[in-house]
Amino acid sequence: MKPLIIAGKTFHSRLFLGTGKFGQQELMKAAIQQSGTELVTLALKRIDLDAKPEDGLLQALDLPDISLLPNTSGARNAQEAILAAQLAREALETNWLKLEIHPDPRYLLPDPVETLKATEALAKLGFIIMPYIHADPVLCKRLEDAGTAVVMPLGAPIGSNKGLRTLDFLEIIIEQSKVPVVVDAGIGAPSDAAKAMEIGADAVLVNTAIAVAQDPVAMAEAFKEAVMAGRKAYEAGLGAQHSGAIASSPLTGFLMDL
Amino acid sequence: MQSFQDTFDTYNWATISARIEATTIEEVRHSLSKPKKTIDDFLRLVAPAAQALLEPMAQLSQRLTQKRFGKTIQLYAPLYLSNECQNICTYCGFSLDNPIKRKTLNNLELLQEAMALKSMGVHHILLVSGEANNTVGIDYFLNAIRLLKPHFVHISVEVQPLSIEAYTLLHEAGVHSILVYQETYHREVYKQYHPKGKKSNFPYRLATPDRIGTAGLHKIGLGVLLGLEDWRVDSFFNALHIDYLQKTYWQTKYSVSFPRLRPAEGIIEPNFIMEDKHLLQLICAYRIWNEDLEISISTRESEQFRNHIIPVGVTSMSAASKTNPGGYVVDPASLEQFETSDERSMESIKSLIRQAGYEPVMKDWDVAF
Repeated sequence: MKPLIIAGKTFHSRLFLGTGKFGQQELMKAAIQQSGTELVTLALKRIDLDAKPEDGLLQALDLPDISLLPNTSGARNAQEAILAAQLAREALETNWLKLEIHPDPRYLLPDPVETLKATEALAKLGFIIMPYIHADPVLCKRLEDAGTAVVMPLGAPIGSNKGLRTLDFLEIIIEQSKVPVVVDAGIGAPSDAAKAMEIGADAVLVNTAIAVAQDPVAMAEAFKEAVMAGRKAYEAGLGAQHSGAIASSPLTGFLMDL
Repeated sequence: MQSFQDTFDTYNWATISARIEATTIEEVRHSLSKPKKTIDDFLRLVAPAAQALLEPMAQLSQRLTQKRFGKTIQLYAPLYLSNECQNICTYCGFSLDNPIKRKTLNNLELLQEAMALKSMGVHHILLVSGEANNTVGIDYFLNAIRLLKPHFVHISVEVQPLSIEAYTLLHEAGVHSILVYQETYHREVYKQYHPKGKKSNFPYRLATPDRIGTAGLHKIGLGVLLGLEDWRVDSFFNALHIDYLQKTYWQTKYSVSFPRLRPAEGIIEPNFIMEDKHLLQLICAYRIWNEDLEISISTRESEQFRNHIIPVGVTSMSAASKTNPGGYVVDPASLEQFETSDERSMESIKSLIRQAGYEPVMKDWDVAF
């Protein structure tokens, strides 16, 4: 399996994890370790540098070989996201950033206009930006021009576990993209993750499906295996699909009779 | 400004009440099976007929809550600023006609109380006061927020209804959310319980969430005072209000609280008794109807109820609350707005939440926003 390279950093696992929604920090840690992930995202709003060890999300995430990806969850516009990004960079001493701007608190759908604006500004400030966006192929190209490190189109509404509802657009994005494509949001089952990898996504980000599973640790392992299987299948080159059996030369067979 | 009044006026209390009472268990089952719920489904879920389906409702509520919010409970604590009040509310310990010693925290006292909360690990605070516009008005609140802002990441405010201009100032000063309860949506009954003071103006109070939404606050908290009127009908109107607000101010979050009438000095007996099984039904109804709604439970509720409600649908809880100004350190003996029921410490509530397999969240906001 080829390693994934984002902004010069090499990842051997193509599974990224979110850290919200876990009932217990011990379970979260165990799930992260079982998943083999090397990149986990956490919300700036959850970071409390002064928290007691048993309360602090950040303290719980002090794990070997795991890089932290702060996110701007809660930001409603570019201005808030830029300020959050700067605070996150200071708190976590990383210029990696998952850019999330969702003015809509119900479905947490990303604002494409503000996300593009923030990406333009943050790229100039030296951030490695991973923006959460709609599966919009044109927006992906615009973000590329603005200097994004990857694009993170959603598979379905965040937290919905509905799978790859945006499949047709994801395929266009993957076909066109010059930066890695990470499918974010909506991946509800390992089979969804495998499917995303099979169509050529470079990585997937999963949170709810693992955090809310009855056994998050076992589910983390299932996702690890699914992502690897999907990627291997992609690299091995899937056979072309056919909707039905192909009759032998129905239109040109007559040539043989001549 | 748009107003909920227009929507409200198209509904009639008696008609809603009759519809709730006439709801059959088959109708409740049908509502539960629908993938998307409407306000009519909420009406059915609070009906007496739904009580027979409480267990499946609770299970559905749990699943929906975990999907949207995970296994987490946000913790917060109230900070009472003042018990001065110009209103007569016949059920409230702060009522104007209640002969209690009045107290408004000064700057030093405010910071003393704040430090006590901080040492408990509190990051999210709720500022509460009575309604005394001359002494505890917008200038007082802005000063308090300026003093508290460096110490807390998330400040909510539960005070008298204010103007759009005042809400805009609070928003700019860094207030995250405003809570304002209609108490009851029954106009005539409202008048009986609020005979004097600015609060007796029903339409002004009803339009308050519109003013908050217009001012662009992040979150609006609603609720009815359970016990004043029939909780089923009142809760239907509260849900209708949220439904309207969510469509109108779509960038704003909404939370609902369940103040159940509890003993306070000078209080009248509740007109309608709401039992635990009804409160549980109501919480489930809100969750099943609205998957994104934040649901808050205060220390008014008993230890027993709070122990069991954690995995059912709530998303935030107060803990170790004092409901009197100065209650934490400055003047612990002063009179409370209402008697808290669950007096356990913040640490014991945190371990209670952990025992339920949930994570107690102290900080979930940041000065960046």
